[in-house]
Amino acid sequence: MTGIRWLGLLPFLGILVGTAFVNQVEPLVFGMPFVLAWLVAWVIAGSIITAIIYKFDPVNAQSAREHDETGR
Amino acid sequence: MNAALVVIALAAFLSLALGLWARGGKRMTLEQWTVGGRGFGGPLVFLLTAGEIYTTFTFLGGSGYAYGKGAPAYYILAYGTLAYMLSYWLLPPIWRYARQERLVSQSHFFTRKYDSPALGILVAIVGVVALVPYLVLQLKGLGIIVSIASYGSISSTAAIWIGAAVVTVYVTVSGVRGSAWNAVVKDFLILAVVLFLGIYLPFHYYGGYSEMFRAIDAAKPGFLAFRPTGESVLWFQSTVLLTALGFFMWPHSFSAVLTAKEEGTFRRNAIVLPVYQLILLFVFFCGFAAILTVPGLTGTDIDLSLFRLSIQTFDPWFVGIVGAAGVLTALVPGSMILIAASTLLANDVLRGLQPDMADDKVALAARGLVPIVALVAVGFTLQGGQTIVALLLMGYSFVTQLFPALVCSLMRNNPVTKSGAFAGIVVGVAAVGWVTLKHSPLGTLLPFLPSGMNDINVGFVALGLNVLVTAGVSAATRPAAAANPRPA
Repeated sequence: MTGIRWLGLLPFLGILVGTAFVNQVEPLVFGMPFVLAWLVAWVIAGSIITAIIYKFDPVNAQSAREHDETGR
Repeated sequence: MNAALVVIALAAFLSLALGLWARGGKRMTLEQWTVGGRGFGGPLVFLLTAGEIYTTFTFLGGSGYAYGKGAPAYYILAYGTLAYMLSYWLLPPIWRYARQERLVSQSHFFTRKYDSPALGILVAIVGVVALVPYLVLQLKGLGIIVSIASYGSISSTAAIWIGAAVVTVYVTVSGVRGSAWNAVVKDFLILAVVLFLGIYLPFHYYGGYSEMFRAIDAAKPGFLAFRPTGESVLWFQSTVLLTALGFFMWPHSFSAVLTAKEEGTFRRNAIVLPVYQLILLFVFFCGFAAILTVPGLTGTDIDLSLFRLSIQTFDPWFVGIVGAAGVLTALVPGSMILIAASTLLANDVLRGLQPDMADDKVALAARGLVPIVALVAVGFTLQGGQTIVALLLMGYSFVTQLFPALVCSLMRNNPVTKSGAFAGIVVGVAAVGWVTLKHSPLGTLLPFLPSGMNDINVGFVALGLNVLVTAGVSAATRPAAAANPRPA
């Protein structure tokens, strides 16, 4: 888990640092200015990365079990 | 009364009826009223937290910013994603501690963590100060929608009064359950309306997205990317970071967090909510479509762009549907904000000053404060002067000042003392207040900054000062090392 958790830094780097290097309109991507498309890509990547972290995070298996045991 | 107004009025009545119905005969204790008895499952917490994102701020403010400023609007798409990533780790420990200590508010959280009622009162006051511009922007949005949809027959002043009255009534009667059910209706409506407009308008007027953006780029070169100065990349970076850190510092988001039944909800929501953000794209598309079709709106009028374009494009009944969606995006968050502000004043400020106040007295005071807070917000709204996005950024600048002290309080060995937290928050908020009231650029507050740094968001600079003061005062007031052993 410890290693996978660091994936969470990627969207921060992509959005906060990366944007400085892609601040341009052309080429349009799916009709959108390039810098906007870059941000959209990171929104989607952020969701996928969180899903990966969730899957490998032992806390979630544990909390699901506790949830069952309380019988609700 | 035209068709548009009839549809909008129906939506407002439906929302009121839902609020009354959701009360369901339950006795309203303070905990019931503010955090829904802590019994909400995933879907409702999802809608409550999302309900705040999709407010008038995004609907009118987001499209207006895209219309009036161009690329700077992109920041609205970016910060939520980072905030949700943070929430994966940030919210579960907050929720756990709050449940264990039976806390109903953010201010109680600080009071308990730092063992300082004074800090709790300060946090509550900062929260109320930040909430006022947030409430003002919802009322401003209501005024815009109703007055434009009435084709001028209802003044925006009258519309603001009507809106404030509707929010006040249903909040007073039903508390947060009213908000939750309205959030359900609102989210479906806004989703449908925004998707439709964001696809229809660019294709109807330009023939597609590429064609639209090429036309805008030709008419206004440089508009679709960040400028070299002013709202530059540096502005974007500091604003995104400021707003991502402040996202869950709002007292009402904090309350929404406390409504959850179990902590796994937050981790699951952190996966889904970023994608939900993509609706914002379609909001931007509406604003961009308006640039060449309803040109000439400047200053605070940029917030009108989506609505002006709707009126120019559609029949009144459909303008009514768009307006109904807009009214709900203002009423639902408006009600959450009113609940948060009045609860803060009653439960945290009043009871903080007078700790032996009985529960039922506090609950009564919270309800009694609802119309008063609404009146104050109406007063500020009628004064006008700021765009919707500027109002929200002002609120964020205030509320993010709570972030350093909150995060440190979650650590096993909190390096921050109560004096440090108190001093840091006071300095941060004072810096924001000074710049806001004086309308002075950053350079005059911090003359030693190099000129290229002037574009940094003011709230972010204040956050920097806050961290320095927090660290300095904490170091000076830390108890002797023996009492607080250092981890290895």
